[in-house]
Amino acid sequence: MDTSSSIVTGAGLADAVRKSRLPARLDVVQSATGLVLALFMWGHMFFVSSILLGKDAMWTITKMFEGYFIFGRAYPGIVSVVVAVIVLLLVVHAALAVRKFPINYRQLRTYRGHMKLMRHEDTTLWYWQFVTGFALFFLAAPHLFQMLTQPGLIGPYESSDRVWSYHWWPLYLLLLFAVEVHGGVGLYRLAVKWGWFAGSNPDATRRRLKALKWALTVFFLALGLATLAAYIRIGIEHADRVGERYVPASVQPGAVK
Amino acid sequence: MSMFRPTATHKVIPLVPADGAQPGNGGRIRVHAMRYNPRDPGNAPRLQTYELEQAEGMTLFIALSEIREKQDPSLQFDFVCRAGICGSCAMVINGRPGLACRTLTKAVGPDITLLPLPGFELIGDLSVNTGKWMRAMSERLEAWVHMKEAELDLTRIEARMEPELAEQIYELDRCIECGCCVAGCGTVRMREAFVGAVGLNKIARFRLDPRDTRDDDDFYELVGDDDGVFGCMSLLGCHDVCPKQLPLATQIAFVRRKMAAVGFR
Repeated sequence: MDTSSSIVTGAGLADAVRKSRLPARLDVVQSATGLVLALFMWGHMFFVSSILLGKDAMWTITKMFEGYFIFGRAYPGIVSVVVAVIVLLLVVHAALAVRKFPINYRQLRTYRGHMKLMRHEDTTLWYWQFVTGFALFFLAAPHLFQMLTQPGLIGPYESSDRVWSYHWWPLYLLLLFAVEVHGGVGLYRLAVKWGWFAGSNPDATRRRLKALKWALTVFFLALGLATLAAYIRIGIEHADRVGERYVPASVQPGAVK
Repeated sequence: MSMFRPTATHKVIPLVPADGAQPGNGGRIRVHAMRYNPRDPGNAPRLQTYELEQAEGMTLFIALSEIREKQDPSLQFDFVCRAGICGSCAMVINGRPGLACRTLTKAVGPDITLLPLPGFELIGDLSVNTGKWMRAMSERLEAWVHMKEAELDLTRIEARMEPELAEQIYELDRCIECGCCVAGCGTVRMREAFVGAVGLNKIARFRLDPRDTRDDDDFYELVGDDDGVFGCMSLLGCHDVCPKQLPLATQIAFVRRKMAAVGFR
């Protein structure tokens, strides 16, 4: 008699003897991928915002990630590898997190009705986490594909041209809000979900975590908007020389080293 | 469900001393109660407004009793203990679940909207059958102390328990199964099979109990899936509305960590 797992599962008896351990692992993987992605986005924002310190600073960060200061020349393929890892994490995280979405009108209506009645911050924040998570399927995909296939086109002029002359700024503006809301709420929720930093007074910790969450969201939104404005300004100034690569004065031929 | 009717001699003991308020001068309050009889075809849910004088230290339970006594004997609501112990009078008060007997009208008035607890079988108006839900939950989670048959000896003196541990168990045992955590949970509202905070708190309680011989593998069989602890989306509505201030957030996080660990063994 064949009792292979697919047959047992097909009969709806997969958990008859012993419950699958997969839900536990999936729960941990959902949290872990979310954590890594959220922390990556913090780092990403700091690197991208280097443009606020000047074109040379942003160029230096870019070239650092391309291995220029290690190998003596730039390998944009390194960026593609990092992007590929992020894409993988994003796909896994999205596949697991989508399980929590309202999946039909009845669930959506019930949740929204409950949320409006309760006026409970964490319940409302989850709804925005769901909305921004859904938006990120579509907003993150073009950006990631672009970075994956054209990693060499990152730089003070290259990025600014993309933002302004190639009209990517509306996507980046939406992406900024979606990422900061989703990631900020997500990190807070991770902490309360697993009981991190709970200490002797978990309620006080939760209030502090919530305050920190809002402070970080405001900080990263402000930093992101200032950064996007900087790229737009450079993009406008550089609009008549679209496609020109940025080369710092210090590495231009004839420069004194 | 009790049909206790307060009499004229029924003595009112204020929960919290009113801040200098004199009896009878608390002003008028308006109670907007949901009226609906699910067994009456053609009957549609509607809010009915009752206006009454606010007495000193008046609780919602007292206000509702006065309404039923003097204005509308057909208004259905539940209560037994009037002291926040039985959990019968849980209802949605101005949007949030709470106990009518532990809520001062002064704190939520002068306009108070009352709805039946969602997520439970509606009997009528503000009365719901939480007992049916709680019984099903208890049976599903086997919420009782499990002992091995061979070790069961009723003549033997029960083993001693450290007072600290007894305190910890008692802290979680304070749950009165009022249903507020279920009604305040966006997850269980969307997915009715979700076990809810009351159930996860029971798992945490029996896991602490040294008399219960079940281990984490056994508890995993009960809550180790998306209808159990992994379905919790950490909205913490349960924690924030619990009228007994049970540490639900930390208990669910604790059960989650233990059940997640089983998944990697």
